[in-house]
Amino acid sequence: MTATASPQTTVLAEQVVDGPRRAPRKHRMPAKTLRWQIALYALLCVLALIYIYPFLVQVATSFKTDASAAADPVSLVPQPFSVAAYERLFLNSDFPVWFANSAIVTVFVTIGRVFFASLAGYALARLRFRGRSVIFAALVAVMAVPAVVLLIPKFLVINQLGIYDSYAGMILPLLVDAAGVFIMKNFFESVPPSVEEQARVDGAGTFRVFWSVVLPMARPALITIVILSFQGSWNELSHFVIASQSPELTTLTKGVASLASGQLSQGSQFPIKLAAAAIMTIPVAVMFFIFQRRIMNASEGAVKE
Amino acid sequence: MSALTSAPRRAGSPSAGIRRGEAAAGWLFTAPVLIILGIFLLVPVLMALWVSFSDWTGRGSPFSSNVNFVGLDNYAAVTTGGGLAERDFGTALRNNAWYVLLVVPLQTALSLFLAVLVNRAVLRGRGFFRTAFYFPSVTSSVAITVLWLFLFSTSGAVNEVLSWLGVNGPNWFNDPSGVVHNLLGTVGVTTGPAALTGNTFLGVSWWDWLAGPSVAMSAFVLMAVFTTSGTFMLLFIAGLQNIGGDVMEAAMMDGANGWQRFWRVTLPQLKPVLFTVLTLGLIGTWQVFDQIYTGTQGGPGKTTLTPAYLSYSSAFLSQQWGQGAAIAFVLFVIIVALTILQRWVLRDRPVSRRRARQYEVRGTNGGAR
Repeated sequence: MTATASPQTTVLAEQVVDGPRRAPRKHRMPAKTLRWQIALYALLCVLALIYIYPFLVQVATSFKTDASAAADPVSLVPQPFSVAAYERLFLNSDFPVWFANSAIVTVFVTIGRVFFASLAGYALARLRFRGRSVIFAALVAVMAVPAVVLLIPKFLVINQLGIYDSYAGMILPLLVDAAGVFIMKNFFESVPPSVEEQARVDGAGTFRVFWSVVLPMARPALITIVILSFQGSWNELSHFVIASQSPELTTLTKGVASLASGQLSQGSQFPIKLAAAAIMTIPVAVMFFIFQRRIMNASEGAVKE
Repeated sequence: MSALTSAPRRAGSPSAGIRRGEAAAGWLFTAPVLIILGIFLLVPVLMALWVSFSDWTGRGSPFSSNVNFVGLDNYAAVTTGGGLAERDFGTALRNNAWYVLLVVPLQTALSLFLAVLVNRAVLRGRGFFRTAFYFPSVTSSVAITVLWLFLFSTSGAVNEVLSWLGVNGPNWFNDPSGVVHNLLGTVGVTTGPAALTGNTFLGVSWWDWLAGPSVAMSAFVLMAVFTTSGTFMLLFIAGLQNIGGDVMEAAMMDGANGWQRFWRVTLPQLKPVLFTVLTLGLIGTWQVFDQIYTGTQGGPGKTTLTPAYLSYSSAFLSQQWGQGAAIAFVLFVIIVALTILQRWVLRDRPVSRRRARQYEVRGTNGGAR
């Protein structure tokens, strides 16, 4: 994997592209350029509105009453303003339990994935041992297996192992993610090995080198894995559908899905459903805004395989 | 690198001591990944393969003595049985095929369009627009589906906006009628020719295969485009930023206008990204499960049934474990086959002889292959 194009190169490239085109036009036909610019911004704003408005409506509707949600589905101002949906969600439903379960699973899965993916990624990138290429080929093959196809198979094993309907059954199968190993391997290969070599010469063992020399350097890649695992396990639905059934082990995704199909509320009580969906979005949204720059860069690097 | 590989053999070299135990460490480091993937991926697939050939009903262990090997019966039931199982599988394939046919081109075109718009060097609020287009991608499919059920409900926001335009919006998630059938209906065609209605494939008549996605499924199509375009936009932006300015400049010097530059210069250079986006799109769109589980459970009139959901519901809800597993494996084969087909269609073709000859300096024998 080649490294992400540096910002300077990008800016330079863009200047080369735009320099000759824009400079003469400024003098020759400013009216036409201006019209184009206005059209472009208008188009972008309309598109942005289409992408954002649904989420604004979601939040607004969660503060409406059932009647006003049905009567006026487009407006962003709840009239009358009501927090009944949230009250019901937090005081008279299993919602807090769902939230706690999602948090527990997400924390364990994220820690596990970061640790195991970096261990394996390091071994595949740096350590030389018989069978390494076979392991790598197996990982690539694993990534090609569609997750949905594995629903029944996973249930069979979880059931057979006696961990059905337990945290173990919900967490263990998610602990490893082949794509994460792949990302870490690519990252370690892009780092010059000289630093570790020095530590080795100084007599540090392999795990020691990995833990105190390599991992601290791998911060950018680790953050990428954290983001991906957090998002992946927080938003996971199908695995929890087949791994557990008791109400105490319901996660947010499963709980909100049952809400949507009307198991808690009669009729179309959209405010409570939308409130649940909105709260469920908050953690990933926060994560997204904290690491926004990193997310954009991560996927820029990922495409250049 | 090669020097390091051969190092352990030379006993006298200083790196031998350093590199000793590396094999053990290598296996130790990869062991957790291998064990977990083995237990929760390899073993399950083998077990499911057995279940797909057995008459296991979900009670007790699939390996107990009262579970029998039934050969290809389960596969036959869903592909040639002539019963409900075959009709459901045919319907699910029909629904998902239309979904793929619409979602993949739409999401690819839209994400490329957004990337080109947002990638301009002089654009105020570039970060804002990128964030706006990407945000739907980070939210969970469950949350988006709940939102979609509201937006596309009978008295929902979408129908409200349509009514401003004087359009009487459909009853989205309760409308099982096919879009193509509806279009034909507007020109007076309400029943198909006997050749199409009389003959069936996988228990579904050809006329029904051509029904198009139901109105309900169309809402899911729009949702998929809405949620995935942001991710693919990022991939395209990365690809666009990799295109060297010099080629573009040369094209401009040659007098190519913006439209020509996009089709002749930009797009060919984006081919690797396009390839990735199409592959990911194709693989993703055949795995529709979360939306159906959350939203419609296959309804109305089974028009949002997908193979992934059908596999789940046959096994977990109808206790037809063998059939559920068989559907999963058929789906797997479909996804792999289509991915290979797509790779073959989009492969790098050698330049045609006629083309190559134009650039050749000497002789015609040494042409491309």
